[in-house]
Amino acid sequence: MVEIVSKIGIECMVNGKLSRFHAYPIARLLDVLREELKLTGTKEGCGEGECGACAVLMNGAIVNSCLVPAIETDGADIRTIEGIATGAQLHAVQEAFLECGGAQCGMCTPGMVIAAVALIERHPHPGDAEIREGLAGNLCRCTGYQKIFAAVVRACEPAARPHSGKR
Amino acid sequence: MEEKKIGHSVIRKEGRDKVTGRAQYVDDLAFRGMIHGVTVRSNIARGRIRGVRYGGGIPWSEFTIVTAKDIPGKNEIAAIAHDQPCLADQFINHPEEPIVLLAHPDKYLLEEARRAVQIDVDPLPAIFSIEDSLAKRAIISGEDNVFKSYHVEKGDVDAAWARADVIVEGEFRTGSQEHLYIENQGMIAAANPREGVTVWGSLQCPYYVHKALVALFGLPPEKIRVIQTETGGGFGGKEEYPSMIAAHAALLAWKSGKPVKIVYDRAEDMVATTKRHPSRTRHRTGVTRDGKLVAMDIDFVIDGGAYATLSSVVLSRGTIHAAGPYFCPNVRIHSQAVATNAPPHGAFRGFGAPQSIFAIERHFDQVARAINLAPEEFRRRNFLRKNQTTATGQVLHEEVDLNGLLDRAFKESDYQAKRERFARENPGASIKRGIGFSSFMHGAGFTGSGEVTLASIVEMEATPEGCVRILAASTEIGQGTNTIFSQIAADALGIGLDRIEVARPDTGSVPNSGPTVASRTSMVVGKLVEAAALGLKRTLLDSGLLCEACTEDEFVRACRRYIETRGPLRSRSQYEQPPGLHWDDATFSGDAYGTYAWAVYVAEVAVDTITFEARVTDFVAVQEVGKVIHPIFAAGQIEGGVAQAIGMALYENVVWHEGRMANGQMTNYIMPTAADIPPIRVFFEEQPYAFGPGGAKGIGELPMDGPAPAILNAIENATGICLREIPATPEVLMEAMTEKAGARG
Repeated sequence: MVEIVSKIGIECMVNGKLSRFHAYPIARLLDVLREELKLTGTKEGCGEGECGACAVLMNGAIVNSCLVPAIETDGADIRTIEGIATGAQLHAVQEAFLECGGAQCGMCTPGMVIAAVALIERHPHPGDAEIREGLAGNLCRCTGYQKIFAAVVRACEPAARPHSGKR
Repeated sequence: MEEKKIGHSVIRKEGRDKVTGRAQYVDDLAFRGMIHGVTVRSNIARGRIRGVRYGGGIPWSEFTIVTAKDIPGKNEIAAIAHDQPCLADQFINHPEEPIVLLAHPDKYLLEEARRAVQIDVDPLPAIFSIEDSLAKRAIISGEDNVFKSYHVEKGDVDAAWARADVIVEGEFRTGSQEHLYIENQGMIAAANPREGVTVWGSLQCPYYVHKALVALFGLPPEKIRVIQTETGGGFGGKEEYPSMIAAHAALLAWKSGKPVKIVYDRAEDMVATTKRHPSRTRHRTGVTRDGKLVAMDIDFVIDGGAYATLSSVVLSRGTIHAAGPYFCPNVRIHSQAVATNAPPHGAFRGFGAPQSIFAIERHFDQVARAINLAPEEFRRRNFLRKNQTTATGQVLHEEVDLNGLLDRAFKESDYQAKRERFARENPGASIKRGIGFSSFMHGAGFTGSGEVTLASIVEMEATPEGCVRILAASTEIGQGTNTIFSQIAADALGIGLDRIEVARPDTGSVPNSGPTVASRTSMVVGKLVEAAALGLKRTLLDSGLLCEACTEDEFVRACRRYIETRGPLRSRSQYEQPPGLHWDDATFSGDAYGTYAWAVYVAEVAVDTITFEARVTDFVAVQEVGKVIHPIFAAGQIEGGVAQAIGMALYENVVWHEGRMANGQMTNYIMPTAADIPPIRVFFEEQPYAFGPGGAKGIGELPMDGPAPAILNAIENATGICLREIPATPEVLMEAMTEKAGARG
């Protein structure tokens, strides 16, 4: 009989707030976020790290939360789509997605916004190749990506509002 | 008066919820006491069920278990014919046939339980190809394996061959394609005999699900309620299949007395739900030496899978589009939808037209070559013009300017200069470049008499707060229904967008405005929204509370006043066929569609002769779509459709193994990423359509039709290789290019 592994206590920062929860060590971060913390903005598209719908920022780097075991999040700093806007003030990337038509069905959008935020934090003025590479881990079936590229460019324009929530 | 909203790219109505992660999709909802459901499926393609065994190590008494004998009403999920069971009880006709349903509070235990159920089956001979189905190697459906056939006859084809200088034949095939909406299918159901059945879920057509549940439970229609949740893409994949998953969730809820959620994971969604119909098209075309079409004989066959579902209507659209946007005096089209032991193929953006248009647009490049004409010159000599007739005998009363679209597409893509440059530079280069195009049309709205039969209804009501609410069953699935309906209503009423609400599609409170399919939502239902808005305004004008040229404030005051003094302020509009349209189902002839969108697409490719990869490097899409309601959304539809069609042309290969999809994962079923898609340059010609709202035509499916043949025409231009089948994966290119190199010695 295989011994059942028991839940462990985990502490991490989620969207700037300290979160404590109990989870099986290999529970997916995606499930912890959605089921334990009720942060359902992070989506499951494939469960195998291909589509990027579940992307979140972990210690500043983009990860697919379906591939991150809960045990790895102990002590980590996690930002989800719910932590991208500052109150009612949307992030420049979110504003640009609205203005440029970067969101259609909306299912890839949380992950796509996370990827765009991560890209801009790395490259404040990404070129076409950098944008394509920066978003290549996030699948969108609606837009053909063109309006998402346009949104990233727009978000980097000087006229766009300063990136809120940036650390 | 408010500024006009039609023609302007206003902000998406539900956009803020989508960019902040607040939008609620079905898997984001949790109800008190809710448990989870899963489906146990067959493991072979065809056979007779001997029994079901529930294996050891599972606390079965904790589970709700549903089989066919638990169904209160009819055991069927019927789209058109009545051949598909909700749960198989005797016979299995495809490898993903649902047989047993399980529900339990613990998702993980549920998964173990699913694996512990054994279905014992006596296998029967199965059919896995169009050829074997037509050859009747086994009879698996009806008397001859044919779900539906059509015959189009225009002029006298048999007599016309004698007048042709050249006759060109060709056979073309298209593979299956998975929708791959990013949100997998899912439903939550609550059900009991007293209150009836309510389902919430991801779907395109609330009243299809409603109809299925009425039959399944044998309940009166008012005891069934279907509510759409935010829907993460459809593309046709959530047209008919949601009836199945809703039925399963509802049966588990009915038996357990608890709300039940079924959400498929990606693997189950890919293998078990519908996909695009594979097709085979044979062309025989007679032309004169100067490039005029004399006769066309087309044989079009689609693989419907195990049950009839929507195959007959997919076939009809594919048949009508099979002869392309060309005038030919003598046309014969024979078409069939046949049965195989694969899960039923279903609605997918374009609905048969991408398959038959792929064939004719590849074929016409070959015909042009046979008579030494440039492909564009051959097409120019045969393009349909105003007052000419289509294959079904429809007289085109509108302006049609395919030459103008071709001119613009060639100019924007720099077609001629590139064609010359590539011819010069390709010899000796390891990356061969090429450019190709396609010309095509897409009929908007239901085919033939379909819209008359639907008789769609839209209602509108003023609220005491001074807003106007649109009531329709048409769903927002990303394409912009909420926003576009709001633009249309705001313009008709002369008020701001903030004053317009769009009710959530809920069969308990919205009328049946028809399914959200067939490029009909903006054009057909949008026109009903406009009519309902004008009706509401007419009531206010007639009441004397409002004058024609009013401000928004005056409108709001008049609404409030009306409600206070006279009660509810509502209006209703119902579809009326535009005058002069006639369709004959018996002879399959007449006005197949109220109108068509017309297009010419140009694809530029680079084919790597070392890796055998073909990439699309530039794409120009020029189309005439009536008046554009929302420029960003319209371009978004075209770009998204082109991307999906690039996938269909080059990457998306459903690998079949005995009726089952063998590569049901995003890891090995490849859709285009941000790194694969070229710049897609979209241009609209706007010729207002008299019977569309603000002059709009439908556009949702159009962009799926043209890219694949344009891309393969470009590959032929680059490499000299004539591919007649999609997807053109590197494996296919390697085989063809190696063969060609070998033939040359």
